[in-house]
Amino acid sequence: MFAGVTFDAAPGDVMHVRGSNGSGKSSLLRLLCGLLQPTRGDVHWRSRRVGAHDAGFARAVAYMGHAVGMSGELTVLENLRFSLHVAGSESGDAACRDMLQRLQLSDREHEPLRHLSQGQQRRLSLARVLLSQRPLWLLDEPCAGLDAEGEHIFDACLADHIARGGMAVVTTHRDIGHDGPCAHTLDMNRLSDADCCPSDHRA
Amino acid sequence: MLTAALPIIGREVRTASRRPMDALSALLFFIVVGSVFPLAVGPDAALLTAIGPGVVWVAALLAVMISLHRLFLPDLEDGALEQLLLSPRSLTGIVYAKIAAHWLVTCLPLVAVAPLMGLQFGLPAQAIGVLLLSLLLGTPTLVLLGALGAALTLGLRGNVLLALIVLPLCVPVLIFGSGAVAASHQGLPVNPHLSLLGACLLVAACLCPWAVGAALRLAVE
Repeated sequence: MFAGVTFDAAPGDVMHVRGSNGSGKSSLLRLLCGLLQPTRGDVHWRSRRVGAHDAGFARAVAYMGHAVGMSGELTVLENLRFSLHVAGSESGDAACRDMLQRLQLSDREHEPLRHLSQGQQRRLSLARVLLSQRPLWLLDEPCAGLDAEGEHIFDACLADHIARGGMAVVTTHRDIGHDGPCAHTLDMNRLSDADCCPSDHRA
Repeated sequence: MLTAALPIIGREVRTASRRPMDALSALLFFIVVGSVFPLAVGPDAALLTAIGPGVVWVAALLAVMISLHRLFLPDLEDGALEQLLLSPRSLTGIVYAKIAAHWLVTCLPLVAVAPLMGLQFGLPAQAIGVLLLSLLLGTPTLVLLGALGAALTLGLRGNVLLALIVLPLCVPVLIFGSGAVAASHQGLPVNPHLSLLGACLLVAACLCPWAVGAALRLAVE
């Protein structure tokens, strides 16, 4: 899919991945989180190579894909509780309710997920990422379906995360926070000019 | 391990209770298949008693088979599978929990109505007891093998391939399961059959969840 991508991220960095449809943004994120195994190249985390199915690295990453990652039959709160259990996070119900409040979902917490709009489901995915308290966020189109207010909340959450020394790799078509933290931009359309070297993400 | 598995089992049971038809369809299928046999074979009591154990076991096997494609498909579609694969928890443990939940939701009701099916074929009380035991030992093996087939064919259209992969693997369970009931009916010892069913279960429990995990990782790539 691509070759010649090498980038580092330090605590407090945001990597903004841009590119046209089908340029491999999502594949790059899936490679970074370990859902895809690279044919060539490595991912490094804290100066250590990340192996296949690395539980230590899994504890550092929060991944948000295109799908919400939760069951449409269960309620918002049940889904959030279960996702956090799967992520191995210790956040309790009180923290979940606070987060739903912050993301303006608190009046929907006992509704089945399938009754929520796409933007609301996106907010719930964001709640999962926030509550899992991971240093590295890998967010695939986090703003898809979000309204202006949702985007504003997202920008604020990302800025908070960065201010606390977190890292994020975000694919999106919009500019994330003009005055915000966006530190690096990786343009997937301009990769063909680069030299062939393994993709590498160090932190 | 158990504290990690319980929320997963709870989630599956809760999801099934919100969509009861998914789980009940296997049970209804089991009852219907078991009930049409006597209608087709005719009212020969001796013949019905002779074919009863085999029919109940085949009906159970087919009922498990038609429920299998729902094991991982909803999770693949809504992205929950990716989150399960990215969990720092042991994937084998997660797979165990999913399989256990599937057994609870689809097979336990089926085992519970099996005595009624036995009565329908005129099996004596002792044979019905052995039928229950053999189903309790055998159906978890069917789900374990079926989970492997479901993971290998995840994302493919149609369930025929799933059945083609899983059914041959299930033959030993079918033979020992119905063999145990037939032996009990003929007054022969049933322990060898039940021991072999137990051995099948242990082998499947050791190998399948690990293989299912590997197949699921391939399925999302």
